[in-house]
Parts: sequence; C-alpha cells; structure tokens
Amino acid sequence: MSTRVRVNPIACEAHGMCAELLPERISLDPWGYPIVDGAPLRGEEVEHAVRAARACPTFALLLERDQPRAPRPAGAGSAGSQRL
Amino acid sequence: MSATAPVERPPARPSPGARLPRLFAGITAEGALTLEEHIAIHGPLPDLLTGAGRRGRETPGTLLIHEIQRAGLLGRGGAGFPLAAKLRAVAERRRRGIVVVNASEGEPASLKDRTLLEALPHLVLDGALLAAQAIGSDEVIVCVCETAREAHAAARAAIAERAPLERRSPRVALRTVPAHYVAGQESALISYLGGGPALPGFTPPMPFEQGLRRRPTLVSNAETLAHVSLIARHGADWFRQIGTAEQPGSALVTLSGPVASPGVYEIEYGASLASLIAAAGGTTRHVRGALLGGYAGSWVPGDRLDSLLLSSEHLGPLGAALGAGIVLLLSDAACPVAETARAARWLASQSAGQCGPCVFGLDALAGSVEDVLRGGAPAAPIGRLTGLIARRGACGHPDGAVNLVVSALRAFAEEFDDHARHGPCERCTRAAELPLPRRPVDRTPGRAAAGARR
Amino acid sequence: MSLLAAAGPSAYWYLTRATGAVSLLLLTLTVVLGVVDVERWSTAAWPRFVLDALHRNAALLALAFVTVHIITSVLDSFASIPLLDAFVPFVGSYRPFWLGLGAVALDMLLAIIISSLVRARLGYGAWRAVHWLAYASWPVALLHGFGTGSDANSTWLLVLSGLCTLLVLGATVTRVLSGWPANPGVRRAALGGTGAFSLFMIVWLPSGPLGPDWARRAGTPSSLLSHSRSRAPGARSR
Repeated sequence: MSTRVRVNPIACEAHGMCAELLPERISLDPWGYPIVDGAPLRGEEVEHAVRAARACPTFALLLERDQPRAPRPAGAGSAGSQRL
Repeated sequence: MSATAPVERPPARPSPGARLPRLFAGITAEGALTLEEHIAIHGPLPDLLTGAGRRGRETPGTLLIHEIQRAGLLGRGGAGFPLAAKLRAVAERRRRGIVVVNASEGEPASLKDRTLLEALPHLVLDGALLAAQAIGSDEVIVCVCETAREAHAAARAAIAERAPLERRSPRVALRTVPAHYVAGQESALISYLGGGPALPGFTPPMPFEQGLRRRPTLVSNAETLAHVSLIARHGADWFRQIGTAEQPGSALVTLSGPVASPGVYEIEYGASLASLIAAAGGTTRHVRGALLGGYAGSWVPGDRLDSLLLSSEHLGPLGAALGAGIVLLLSDAACPVAETARAARWLASQSAGQCGPCVFGLDALAGSVEDVLRGGAPAAPIGRLTGLIARRGACGHPDGAVNLVVSALRAFAEEFDDHARHGPCERCTRAAELPLPRRPVDRTPGRAAAGARR
Repeated sequence: MSLLAAAGPSAYWYLTRATGAVSLLLLTLTVVLGVVDVERWSTAAWPRFVLDALHRNAALLALAFVTVHIITSVLDSFASIPLLDAFVPFVGSYRPFWLGLGAVALDMLLAIIISSLVRARLGYGAWRAVHWLAYASWPVALLHGFGTGSDANSTWLLVLSGLCTLLVLGATVTRVLSGWPANPGVRRAALGGTGAFSLFMIVWLPSGPLGPDWARRAGTPSSLLSHSRSRAPGARSR
C-alpha cells in the first residue's frame, strides 16, 4: 500500500503553496501550475504532503492511498482509493 | 461531403460467408430504414428478457456480455476500450445503471455516428436496448450533436416507431448536446446530461462507478452499440470472421480530402488504405500525407500511405491509430505546417478552459508552431513544451494536441525545417484543407430535454 | 460597583476602547493579507504559505481581541450592555444602532472564521462566498467604532482609523482592479461603492461623531447623559 500525491487540475488555481511545502515532489511549470511526481511518498514525506494538501486553498492537492491507477480509459481494472 | 456511402445492393441478411457490408447492409442513399425494413434485413431483435433460459447462474444478459467479450468488440469512439469490460463494470454495481449512447461526434472530421442515426437508427437503438437489458438498466439516453438535425429527426422518428412495441423495455430519451469538441467526452457528456456544463470533470469517480445522477453509467459510442445488435443476432464467431485478431469486425471510417467521393465507408480492420481510397473513387490530387484519428490523432507521411493497412498492428509502430475511424487526406496543394498550425490553434480554442496546463500549454504549443511557420524559430522548443503539457489535464484533450504536433514534426520534418529557415511557403496562404468549424465552447448548463420519451 | 463608577472611567472602559482599536488594526491586517494572498504575492523571504498562515492567525487574533472587547463592554457598569447585544443587533438600549453594527460585524466575522474551520466539509464554492463577507464586515466594524466610541475625535484614534481605512481601501482597489469580480459591471459597482463609502465618511464624520452632542444623537440613554459629561478625559460626551 502506498501514498501518492495527485492534483485535480480543474480545481487548481495556481496558488503555488504546494510547491513551497513539498518541493521534493512538486515543482511549478512556467505558468505557475504544479508538476506532480506521482511516485509513492517516502515515510518522512507523508506529513509534509498532508500539510501541503491542507494548505491548498482550493483543495486541489489530493493524497491517495491506493494501488496505482490504470491509465485512461481505466475500466474494470481501477482500484478504489481513500482520500486522506 | 456526402454523409452516406455508396454501397452495392446487399442480400436480405448477411450470410456467414459474406464480408461487407455489415452495418451498412441495406443502407439507402437518402432517408432512414424503417423498423420493418430493418427487421427484414437483419431479423428481429433478440429479446434477452425472454431469450435463452437460465443455465445455472447465467442470465441472458450475462450471456450477451460473454458473447461480446468473445467477439472482442472494442469501442468505436476513439479509445478502443473493450466493451465487455465496460458492461461488466456497470452491471456489477449495486445501483441500477444508465446507458448513454454517445453520438455527439464533436470531431469535425467525423460523420459516422450521425450517418448511422440518419440512415440506420434502429441498428443503434437495438444495440442500446440490448446493452441496457444486459446490465439491468431501465434507461437509455441517446445524445446527438445539436448541429446534426437530420440525425436528430431520424432518431426521434425511430424511437417513436418502437414505442408501441416494447412495453417491458427500458425507456429511451433523446438529447441534443453542444457541438464543441470536448462536449462528447465521457464525463463532459454526463455533466451536461446532469444539468451542468458540457465540460469534462475530474475522475475518479469514473462514470461506470458514479455517473449520471450518481448511478453507474455506461457511455458507449453509437457505432459500438450498432455492432452489439449484430453480434446478438449472429454471434461472436461471425463477428470475428473479418478484421484482425486484435481488432475483429468491421468499422466505419470517415474519409475526407482529395478523393472523388469523400464520405463514410465501412471497412474491415486490416484493410489497406489503398482499397478504401479505391472504394471512394480514387484520389483527385497527389496525397501529401494523412491525418489518422482526427485532430487528436497522428500524421502519416505520404510515402507510407501506399502500403498502409488500417489496423492497430500496422499503425501502432507508426505512432498512429484510426481513433474514431477518421482518415483525413492532405493534398499536395496544402502546406502541412500551416495546416498543423491551424489545427493546433483550433484545438487550443476548443479547450474547456478548466486546467492551467491545457489553457496555457495549448496556446503556447500553437504559438510555437506558428513561429516555425513564420520562419526564424527552430522546432526544437516544441519538444520541451509537449513534455510540460501531456497528461496534466483532467481529460485527454491536451494530449491529443500534443500528439498532433509531435507526429507532424516527425512526418514532415523536412517541411518544418524548411519553414524554420525560410519562412512561409507559397502553399501556406491557401485556404485551409482541414475542416475547422467555428465552435465556441458552450459553458451553459444542460438545457431541458428535447425529443421522444416513452 | 457604583462607587467605582462615580470615580471616573473604569478600567473596563479603557480596555474596551483599547481592544477595540487593536481589533480594528488586526482586522485591517487580515484584510490586507487576504488580498496579498489572493493576489499570489510572495518573495523568497515571505513565501505564500507563510503569508497565508499569517492571514489566518491575524483573523483568529482579531477574534480574540474582539472577545475581550465584548466582555469588558458587558462588564463595564456604566452602560447596561447585555451579552446578547454582542450577537443580536439593534436590540440594546445603549446606542442601539451603532452598537448593533458591531454585532453585525461580529456575526459576519464569526461566519467567516467558522466556515474556514469547516472548509473541507463546506466545499470550496460555499466557503468562498461566505468569505466575501469580509469586504462588508470591515466598514461595518469601522462605523461601529466611530458610532459607539466616546473619544472618536482623539487624535491618535483618528490617525489610526485613517491609516487602517487607507490600507483597506488600497487592498480593495488592488483586488478589484486585478479583475475581480469577473463581471466588469459588478467591478465598476464595487469601485463605485468603495468610493461612495469613502466620500460618505469624509462628509459624515465632522457632522457626526466628531460633531457636537454626538452621544445624545447616537442614542445614549438620557439617564447616562448627565453622568457622562464629567467622565471621559477631555470632558467629551460618550
């Protein structure tokens, strides 16, 4: 079981706090939007990721604890996910 | 562009040995087949509810899904996802599902879905009702583009024709949807039907889990369901008699560009592009290249086209796919760089405007192709840009634009280089060959339902 | 109690006044930081998450000072102000309208803070809508201060209020000019409203709280009026 960080690009309004609080996983593109490394988080990164997700004004940063999602169009193979 | 394809007079029923036509059996040059004519050609619709009795835990619905799986039917809306898997995923949910027939066809270069509804609506309705019965759904919603008036009228008439006959069948509604490009995307369609704007939503939850009105929703392309109606009648083995092992069966292809009779044709997967062009009366000009799969698809250079076979096996290594059955031929009178620039700019204008990487990325992408077109700017920065855009939107729209531009750079490397060095060529300023209709992105919420209700 | 009352302005009165002034300052800081936040301004030394946290903390600190302000005004025996008056506007006996404005501002502030605490449950859209009350609650609080304050024309308070007003005006105009609300008509209305409010204050202050006999005009009960003349420093009416 792994925890990953994911951004909802529709909710995201490029506030940029996530990149400040979790620079190991999130950097900003030239337009201010987050580029997220979706690999599983290391143990010590999880608390920073939680803080980053709480700091996001639009709730666009999501923590997901699940198995990796199949690429679109994901059909019957998708596992469920828990939001932290 | 004519909307119906010229087809020879077929036998009354497709016999096991005949190859094509299948979907287009009995299609007329104008107008739609009536229910009577449809039944005369294909036979009556198998009624799953009274069909093959229960064997153990098998229901007729499960048997149909199993047959569709054996047939290997892949979605015809562009993604090519196995329909059986989708059906199972919806059928397995606790809540009763909804079937959405996606004939919205926002891709300007595709006409097959509206053609099916205009000419052979009962084929589509058969498939939709079968799918609904198979997953235990009591509701079917047929979605038609708001500009496809003939298709809408034909669908409405066909639904009304069936009304007195099927009392236990699911009820069928008809809705029009906005014409902009992303409106036909699965989650956009569901959003619109649910009263929101026709713009893609964030997944999860996936539509098969929680779609329209929080019910599991099967969104299926109209052509895919048309194939279901034939598989239910003739079986998986019959379906697999043509096509390839990976892509069995036939498919509808919209062929446009410098050919004598552009239009919608039925092919078997694996057929050569040359045979399709021959069926369309041959080319009227030398062909410079082909855009396969539509504006989210890939360019293939002219020198590859003579030997090109239309199947994923052969197109895959070229970085291309048929997508929703679209083949756009580009004549040698056009400039591929200019056409790519226009298409990229059009795709940027069709962005839903919800995700930063798409809004800014596609604008920058179109801008960089335009810079190359004008001359003085190298093509190299485009590669860096595409890396910033792909897979960062809520839907596949930005990925499609990236695909278009990257494949253009590969297929027309010389032309791009030429323009970067010397600026516009004499073909740049000609009228565009690729159809790019003005389609402002409609952000209004779903309007009241229009059309037949049972 | 009554012995203390006769001896001059009570400690409570000073505290009420002081905490009121500090609250105004903190609320001003909150509004300015809120605009800084939404304008996405930051430097290397002041990253966004720090400014965002400052904004939240300033609001909470303001609430703390407002709480003390309410308690001291209730405990102050000079005027009868029950606790209810802090939450339900316009029902009191002491300067009901101007005190009531304080209750209105407090209610709005509480709505903003509570909605922010349950933001995750409320959803972004609803939270944002409630948050816009901030632009309304600040001027209401300012008017409350001028209307109820018994030393409205003391220099330091005027200077402080003026400074705070300029800061909030600046922040609001910056926000509106950068393109919010989205509708240009609404934006023009917002700018117009801000200008109108400023004009109103300039015109009203000299003839209102800074003018003669304000205590009586503001609704101080007559039983208190005769007391008040000798109470406040500088023999101003309360």
